[in-house]
Formats: sequence, structure tokens, C-alpha cells
Amino acid sequence: MERADVERLEAEPVNSAKSRQPLYAPRKKIFPKRASGSFRRFKWLVMAVTLGIYYLTPWLRWDRGPYAPDQAVLLDMANRRFYFFPIEIWPQEFFFVAGMLVMAGIGLFLITSTVGRAWCGYTCPQTVWVDLFLVVERAIEGDRNARIKLDSAPWSFAKLWKRVTKHLIWLLIAVATGGAWIFYFADAPTLLKELFTLQAAPIAYITVAILTATTYTFGGLMREQVCTYMCPWPRIQAAMLDENSLTVTYNDWRGEPRSRHAKKAAAAGETVGDCVDCNACVAVCPMGIDIRDGQQLECITCALCIDACDSVMDKIGKERGLISYATLNDYQSNMALATDNGTHAIDPAKVRTPAGKLSDRVAHFHIRKLFRPRTLAYFGVWSLIGIGLLYALFSRDRLELSVLHDRNPQFVTLSDGSIRNGYTVKLLNMIPEPRTVVLRLEGLKGATMTVTGIDEHAPESAEVELEPDRLKTLKVFVALPRNALATEAMSFRFVIEDRGSSETAHSDAKFQIPGRR
Amino acid sequence: MTKREIDQISGVETTGHEWDGIKELNNPMPRWWVLCFYVTIVWALGYTIAYPAWPMISSATTGLLGFSSRGELKNAMAEADAAKQGFADAIAAKSVTEIIADDKLREFATAAGAAAFKVNCIQCHGSGAEGSPGFPNLNDDDWLWGGSADAIHQTIAHGIRYAGDADTRVSEMPAFGEILEKEQIRDVAAYVHSLTGTPSDAAAATAGKQVFADNCAVCHGDDAKGNREVGAPNLADAIWLYGSSEADIARQVRTPRHGVMPAWSARLGETTVKELAVYVHSLGGGE
Repeated sequence: MERADVERLEAEPVNSAKSRQPLYAPRKKIFPKRASGSFRRFKWLVMAVTLGIYYLTPWLRWDRGPYAPDQAVLLDMANRRFYFFPIEIWPQEFFFVAGMLVMAGIGLFLITSTVGRAWCGYTCPQTVWVDLFLVVERAIEGDRNARIKLDSAPWSFAKLWKRVTKHLIWLLIAVATGGAWIFYFADAPTLLKELFTLQAAPIAYITVAILTATTYTFGGLMREQVCTYMCPWPRIQAAMLDENSLTVTYNDWRGEPRSRHAKKAAAAGETVGDCVDCNACVAVCPMGIDIRDGQQLECITCALCIDACDSVMDKIGKERGLISYATLNDYQSNMALATDNGTHAIDPAKVRTPAGKLSDRVAHFHIRKLFRPRTLAYFGVWSLIGIGLLYALFSRDRLELSVLHDRNPQFVTLSDGSIRNGYTVKLLNMIPEPRTVVLRLEGLKGATMTVTGIDEHAPESAEVELEPDRLKTLKVFVALPRNALATEAMSFRFVIEDRGSSETAHSDAKFQIPGRR
Repeated sequence: MTKREIDQISGVETTGHEWDGIKELNNPMPRWWVLCFYVTIVWALGYTIAYPAWPMISSATTGLLGFSSRGELKNAMAEADAAKQGFADAIAAKSVTEIIADDKLREFATAAGAAAFKVNCIQCHGSGAEGSPGFPNLNDDDWLWGGSADAIHQTIAHGIRYAGDADTRVSEMPAFGEILEKEQIRDVAAYVHSLTGTPSDAAAATAGKQVFADNCAVCHGDDAKGNREVGAPNLADAIWLYGSSEADIARQVRTPRHGVMPAWSARLGETTVKELAVYVHSLGGGE
């Protein structure tokens, strides 16, 4: 192979020690080169899926009958309901959402402890939108070199035209992003029509405006600075990595000493590693860093440098994986191999067989390493919460009853000497269908019930009409004749039953009586 | 001025401040921070022009926007009143019975009545409308002047034995201490007590029956169940305004006490009185 095949790119990492600047220095511009390879393809796929979910979800329909909205995913703030496909959540069931968030957190622990900062590199909205904005930038201004040239060129009509077009498309994407967000909070088709006829609520326009501004600023203008300076996530995630977590690693045990003139140097008897110092890894990096400087805070592990380096390795006929996903353990064992446990400088020949192949003693990642006590513990906790939530979801009540005893007065003596207690009874019909339930007393012999607002009913039970998906509050008076009174407060329960579905709910209550002295 | 000191490692001047051997470098503020700081100053100046701020001799500048928290409250109250206007109009136009028949109106009137009750009525009737000796419990089913919604409304609107209202409810029980003998009073008290309890002296109770028929039945009825036309209480039930013992009854026969309740329609307005009537009617004893 001719070394001339590999072009050396002019690329300098933004955070290299020799150019390290104070924090208030102006930002160094980054012009990421387009990468191609399996990780890039995977990132396109992730981008398509995540953006698709984000933009399309509010438009999915789900029939819930005439008494509830037909939007599959809807956060109905005004009515305090959350709809997710067949599931409807009331405010008191918010623990489902809290549980999902806990699961998301532990899921992140699990992912991070196995494959490192995969969230940052592939699925974080900041990463996905920056990627999308870069697609626009490349389409209009060209790839890296063209963009650098354009950036340093004096202002001309062509430059102005390209810049204006780019920013306009960015703004359009930003508006669409902000616009999609509000569709989760109202009926999407209705709101879309209202948005364009200027009839939507001011909060809708304000939300779109704010999210447009943040999307445009974060995705178009600030980009990697959001990750490096604003986001706490990288710090937290870094703390969850251990020596068995996969991270994007420059394998200097086979790359160093790097040489731009490998053949010449080898012919001169110098030790040369696989790295031809072509800077392809730096040029493609959206964070503008050099992975060969080792693990660093800025690295979001998007793995584009792996793609870039692999294609170079293919060209010069070396094995892929000079930059690869590797664990710290594997890296250190290989490093020990290359330096004879640190007794001398890296000698890449030590990791190769005399025939020039990578030695059998080189450690590679094995799927077994995914199953460690730590990851199993994360997975266990994650699954337990998930099973708990599923159980709670399938066993939850859709008919509920709560009873509040009147505090003042606690009891009332009636003219015939009987004692009456008052209760505020709340009946929750948590399905989007009207239904009739029977409210009755259990365990209070001889009691007479009076329900305000229901004219005719039996002394111990009453039929109550419940509106779909609503709470009904009833004032209920219960009277007990003097000869039926015990000597202290009497326990009983209110029971409601839907005779159609035979769902029941009950609430324990006390019947207070005058003190006997 | 102290001597300028340059940090050797960074080559930056220090501020001269030192904590535990750590010296502070006099780095310039980040540009974005300085810009934000200037923006806040400009904002603050604009704010003092737009809103009341600068003290003058006897008042303060009112600000270009004309904001005042008093005005905000006034607007908020006007908004709340406007929101209630529909209900208020309907309540003004309808009778108490009609209001009770309408679910939404009843709900509104009950809540409004409860609020008015807590301001105007609890001083005598108690915060739970439970009453106290001499002041009737409004939760029970015993009514001196009637427990229908209209009767309650009439009582609240015009009061009881209230001199300031021509339509007020009036009745007065004679002081039998000047009419009957002591024994007769003891006997009739024993008889009245025997209607719901056990008298201390059965013979006195039997003798008292005749005294009752001669003197009391005209208002309280032959069966002692009272007469709402004249506010005569039911003496054959378990509820006693001035006590249920024979001594309590005897004292009430000798020198009766008469409660007075003010007329409220002039003070609170017809709408509030209707709301109060709906609320009291809802407490459990309404007929």
C-alpha cells in the first residue's frame, strides 16, 4: 500500500494542551467532516427513529369512545389527565410517571456501565439535532474544506446567500421542533389549524417561540459548547463508568509511535505504529477533539472517529480497530503487552506475531463482560420497578371511593332522639364511560341513609349516576335510632358497586355518637 | 495601592486576596457575564421608569405603565365578580325552592352561603351551625318557625323578634311565674319532662297534665308538639333550646327567655340571604 493514499488533514483539536485557552476565550470554530461507516449508518438510523417518534407521535390516533380525546399520547393539563394509548392516568396516579423516570435513570446507569456514554453519542436530543443541523450545513456549504474556505472568505453575495439559506432552514427546523412539542398538550389537528389561523392560546405561541430559540441556538450556534459547558450529564455519566465499560478508545499500544512517513521510518529501522497521523479522527469529530489524547470530558463517544480511522486502516491494509470501543481493562492489558508492563516505551511489534498479524495475546472485548455484578444489579432493580409498575397498572382500580366525616358538628341529635352523622363522599369514575353505581352502608344495622341530590332511594342504599371520567361529590347523612347506638364510635364502611362490571370499592368510616357520662 | 503581584505559573496578576495559601487570580470577567451585567443595569433603569419606583417628597413616581397592586386587586375582584355574575343573576331571579331544584345553582349557592354564614352567623349559631344553649342548632330536624327552604329564607330575611323589621317573626310566651302557683309550675315541668324522659315525681307529672291543658296547649298543642305559626317549640322531642331538666323547664315556664335574631335582607342583600337559606337548608334538617 502506498502511504500517499492517505491524505493528511489539517486539523487541530480545540482542547489540546498547547492551545488550551481560558474559558472566556472566543469559541474555536469546528467544521466536522462527514464520516461514513457502520457507526455513521447506525447514527442515521437512530436519528430517523428518534426524530420520527418526536414529530409523529402527537398525530397518532387512539379511539377511546365519545367521552375522551382520541389522541394516542396526550398530556391534558387543563383536565389533569395523561393519555398514553390505552392507559389513562389521573393526577393521583402520577407515580407511574415517576416510576418510569426512575426506570429511565437506572436504565441510563445500565447503558452507561456497559457501553459508556451511548446516550450522549447517539440519542441525546442535542446530538441528534446538531447532527440534523450539520446535514443542512453540509448540503448548502459543502463538506469540511469547503466550509473552512467559505468561513474565511470575504463577504460576497454567494457567501451571504449560502449563510442566509442555511440559517433559514435551521430556523424552519427549529420552528417545527418547537411546534411539535405543543401538539403533545392539545388535540394536534385542531391546534395546528388554530396555530395558522392565529386562534391558538398565547402560551402555545410563547412555547413555540422559546423552543424555536433554544433549538436554533443550541443546535445551530452553540453545538458542542452545550455538552462541554452547560450539561451536567457528562460529569454524572463519567462517574458511572468503570474499568469494564466500553468507551471509544485510541489503542496507542498498536498506534504509537505515530508516523506520517511510516514506510520511510520503518526502512530506517525506527519503530512505527499503525497510526499514520492523518488526523481523520480529529476532522470528523463533532466536538473538535483528538481522541488520541486519551479519554476526555468533551468526548461524547459518537464513534465517528472509529468510522474515520477504520476506513484509513482499510486503505493502508491494517486491521480495523486502531480506534475502537474497548474497556479500560482490555486497553491496560494490551498496553502492558506492548510495553512489557511499562518497562519501556510502546513497541507495537510486541502485540504482533512475527508474520505481522495481531497476537493472540491481544485482549478483545467479549460479550461476557456485559454480565457483571454491577450491570446485573442495575438490570435487576430496573426490572423489579418495571414489574412493579406493570402489576400496579393491571391491578389498579378504575372505581374509587373516599369518605370524609363531618368535623363540625361530629354528630347531630334529631328530634326523635336518633343520632345523625354527616359525610362527604367522593366517587371516582376513572373510565371514559358513564355508569351507575350502588352506594350502600355495610356493618351499621338499622341505619338510614339520606343522599343529598338523590330524591328517591332505599334507606340503606342509593343508585348514583356517575359522569364519564369524573369525580362526583355527595353529601350523605346517616342516622341511627337511639336503641341501636353502641357505647362508643361505631365502625362501618361505605361500599360502591358497579353492577355492570361488578367492580367494587369501599371506604371505612366511623359513626360518632354523644359521649355517655 | 499595594504592590502588583504576578502569579508565576499563570502569569496573571493576583487580586492580593489569599485564603489558606490560595491566591485569587485577577482574571477578567467572562465577556458574556459582563454583557449580562450591563443588560441588568439597563433593565433596572427601564424598570424604574415603567413601574412605581422613585420616592418623591410626599409620594413616589407612578411609572409609565400605571401599575399599582391596589389596582391589580380591584381588577381581580371585578373579574371574580364578573365570573359569578351569571349565577348571581339567576339566584336573584329565582325563588329559593327553584334554586335548590337546580343542581348547578344549588352547588354555587351552598358554597356562597357557607362563606356568608362563616362571616355573619357563626357568632351565635357556631361555626358548624351546631348552636348552643339559647341558639338553635341548624343541623337538626327541629324547627321553631319551619324548616322548609321558604320558611328558612323568611326567618333569615326578616329575623325573629327584631324591632327593625315590620315583617319579623313575633311571639312571646307569658311569664307564668306571675300566673301559676309554684306547685303548678313544678307539676307542669314534671309533666313536660315526662313526655320524653322519666319524671322525678310521677304524681306531679299526672297533676301537671291538667295545668298544661289549661295553660300551655293553646300554643304548644294538646300533644305538646308545638306550633310553628307562633314559633312555639315542640316539647315532645329530644331537642331543648334552654335545657331538658325539670329545673330548666320550670325556669323557662316561670320567666321565659326569648331569643332575638336580626333581619338580614337589608344588611346582606336579597341574593346573599337566598344563598344563606340554601346553605342552612342543606345542612341536613331541611324539609
